[in-house]
Amino acid sequence: MPILKATGLTKRFGKFTALDGVDMELNKGEVYGFIGPNGAGKSTTIRILLGMLKATAGEAQIFGKDVWKDAVELHKQIAYVPGDVNLWPNLTGGEVIDLFMKMRGAPNQGRREELIERFKFDPTKKSRTYSKGNRQKVALIAAFASDADLYILDEPTSGLDPLMERIFQDCVQEAKDAGKSVLLSSHILSEVERLCDRVGIIRQGQIIERGTLDELRHLTRTNLTIQTKETITNLDEFVGIHNLEKEGHNLSFQVDTEEMDAIIRHISQFGIIKLESAPPTLEDLFMRHYQGEEQTSSGTGGSR
Amino acid sequence: MSQKLFTGTGYLTKLMMRQNRFKLFLWLVGLIAVTLATAVSYPDIYPDEQARAAFVFTMENPAMIAMLGVGYEDYATIGALFAHEMLLFTAIAVAIMNILLVGRSTRADEEDGRVELIRSLPVGRLAYLNAAAIVAVVTNVLVAVLIGTGIILLGIDGMSAEGAYLYGAILGATGLVFAGFTALFSQLSETSRGSTMLSFGTLIAAYLVRASGDVSSEALSLVSPLGWTVRTEVFVENYWWPVYAMLAVAIVLGLVAFYLNAIRDLESGFIPERAGKRNASAFLQTTMGLAFRLQRTNLIAWAIGIFLLSASFGAILGDLEVYFTDNEFVQAFLAESGDTSMMEQFIVLLMAIMALISTVPVVMAVMKLKSEENKHLTENYYSRAVSRSRLLGSYVCLSMIVSFVMQALVAIGLWSVGMVVVEDGIAFDTTFASALVYLPAMWILMGVAVFLIGIAPKATGFVWLYVIYSFVVIYLGGLLEFPEWANNLSAFHHIPQIPTMDMDYMRVLILVVIAIVLTVIGFIGYNRRGIQG
Ligand SMILES: Nc1ncnc2c1ncn2[C@@H]1O[C@H](COP(=O)(O)OP(=O)(O)OP(=O)(O)O)[C@@H](O)[C@H]1O
Ligand SMILES: [Mg+2]
Repeated sequence: MPILKATGLTKRFGKFTALDGVDMELNKGEVYGFIGPNGAGKSTTIRILLGMLKATAGEAQIFGKDVWKDAVELHKQIAYVPGDVNLWPNLTGGEVIDLFMKMRGAPNQGRREELIERFKFDPTKKSRTYSKGNRQKVALIAAFASDADLYILDEPTSGLDPLMERIFQDCVQEAKDAGKSVLLSSHILSEVERLCDRVGIIRQGQIIERGTLDELRHLTRTNLTIQTKETITNLDEFVGIHNLEKEGHNLSFQVDTEEMDAIIRHISQFGIIKLESAPPTLEDLFMRHYQGEEQTSSGTGGSR
Repeated sequence: MSQKLFTGTGYLTKLMMRQNRFKLFLWLVGLIAVTLATAVSYPDIYPDEQARAAFVFTMENPAMIAMLGVGYEDYATIGALFAHEMLLFTAIAVAIMNILLVGRSTRADEEDGRVELIRSLPVGRLAYLNAAAIVAVVTNVLVAVLIGTGIILLGIDGMSAEGAYLYGAILGATGLVFAGFTALFSQLSETSRGSTMLSFGTLIAAYLVRASGDVSSEALSLVSPLGWTVRTEVFVENYWWPVYAMLAVAIVLGLVAFYLNAIRDLESGFIPERAGKRNASAFLQTTMGLAFRLQRTNLIAWAIGIFLLSASFGAILGDLEVYFTDNEFVQAFLAESGDTSMMEQFIVLLMAIMALISTVPVVMAVMKLKSEENKHLTENYYSRAVSRSRLLGSYVCLSMIVSFVMQALVAIGLWSVGMVVVEDGIAFDTTFASALVYLPAMWILMGVAVFLIGIAPKATGFVWLYVIYSFVVIYLGGLLEFPEWANNLSAFHHIPQIPTMDMDYMRVLILVVIAIVLTVIGFIGYNRRGIQG
């Protein structure tokens, strides 16, 4: 039973179609990665899920409630962190955190202090003086200090240093261990790889790929590096070999998963000395879609 | 070196002109249209000696002097009558235009991060301020030339060419002085709100100082730039020294601003920052509390300004009375006009103007919600468990409280000082009633703002056009002989003018109903539409 279910979400801004039939499902206790190039429609989807924009067509439910009609009720269970945190310049960070927690309901002071400590945040400064990363911390502390059931995070770590990024990942892991669900949109693919159970890739307003990381990898290639005793022959006869690089008895190439078996059988005749295989990174996966986009269109305009 | 500081000015000037052209166009058209339309009507309003004598008589009473400035020794030409009634308020309008224009193109652009982007380009450190200064100068020169030429083209007897150009020039010069103040405050204050507030504060102070100076001592009046404005004796003596003096002041203010801009860090000011609170107070944690807190300084400044303005009008009431009782002619006149005294008529006019001034913070209080949305701050509420109605409701409540407080301050200001200076005192209840009776009209303007926020969020600025329109109807509607339907468009026109008129509950009730309908439609629209941020 998915806790978040969106079907056929479409959003048009005037003539421009930002979302074109987006479907999405998120199960309880799951971390869902939502990735895609700039301007693909991630933030737009998230704003619809938060009841800030009204979908032109399609519908979405969270915890079985309509995201537009029951927005206020729903938000008591949801914590949101945008990628660009805008704060009231003349309030201090501490005041804003209190406000945010109060707006959600059920503030937890103990957790607040603990997170301020962990994120090494000074809550007594006016918001206008905060750096990008510090503004981000305000929203992160307010989100994780609240006892939400679903975390919606839209590029939450933009501007955080690697140390803080690590603390963020710990927070997500803790939330997951506590059975909470997370929707994470991010351009930091290593972060998505480390945290997410399932991934959806969006491009030009359409979901073009979805599944667990393993499932997605299955669709793609594995990197192989091989050293043999004898020179390999007839390699050209095989389909499914890409980016072949040869240097004496050393070879490296990418191989389509479905052709793997036949190729390894062929190579083993030549006496394998060394064989290294690496699963494709999310980045490899993503690059293919990026490149796909460049071939089919000239981009969809700026972000937000 | 100094050359480098200004690199890129030309390009930035063009950019700034483009950004502001629509607003500037509206301002210029409005200023010129009102000035010329009024000028044309003067020969008809005061066709003969008798009509002029009546005018002169009215203008010599202290209340009018406080409101419009010292008059002329001798109203030799029709131009003098026109200038005395129009110059000061037009100058104030030009000053407001400059404060808004310069405030936006300096500190507000810096606060929003636009200047940072520009400064990362091969652009001099002072280029942005320099471009703003050039835009301000061009605008004020346009005001001066267009109004001057316009009056000449009308070819009215008694409005000489020199007078016409001086009239335009003093408007432009007054504008430049306030452009200079705003540029300076934009360096001192770290926020655009702070700099606009200081600038408007200066304008109000200049008006008040001139008002009390004109009634009591000329030396005091000369402290205020607006005191210089009214001392041109335009169309009679045509003194040019106030223009030169103002240009000098504007240049000095501008140079100080340039200097401060050159030595300060980007996005910092000179008014120092204190360490803040670690926790939010219980009051701040309510939506209403936050809505108030965000506008606190602004609202308090308005409250003080309105109280002072009203109190200074109260101070005039005493002089008014002495003036009238000493004057046999007036005695006769008053006897003629039955049971409404001059003072009551004065209070009526005053209340209408004060109510319109109070409307500005009332409308601002709700419009803040839209500016919060523009800055992507409302997303902080709506991504949490806050409903649209709750937030809009908080702003509407705040706005209504503001309307009540401001009008109460108007009444208290006038009454408390009036009490002391008027021999028989003035009635507390009538004063209060005459102020509070305007609340329904103010709520209609607030309702228009809510309506626009809900239904036409891109066009919310139109509420200010309506505020200005209402002001024109009250101040000039009679003078320009507006048709009745045009007057009827202003909500303020329908308010029973206590004490000279009786309370009309039916009318007031209808106005309240209109306000409620507008507000409710706004709420419905706001709940249905997408939120930009
Ligand atoms: N209010 C709006 N009016 C018009 N177009 C909009 C609006 N909001 C978003 N868009 C457009 O919709 C598209 C999707 O934007 P969105 O912000 O969802 O992208 P994104 O995937 O979040 O990109 P990024 O990775 O840069 O954050 C963009 O082309 C954007 O220009
Ligand atoms: Mg985005």
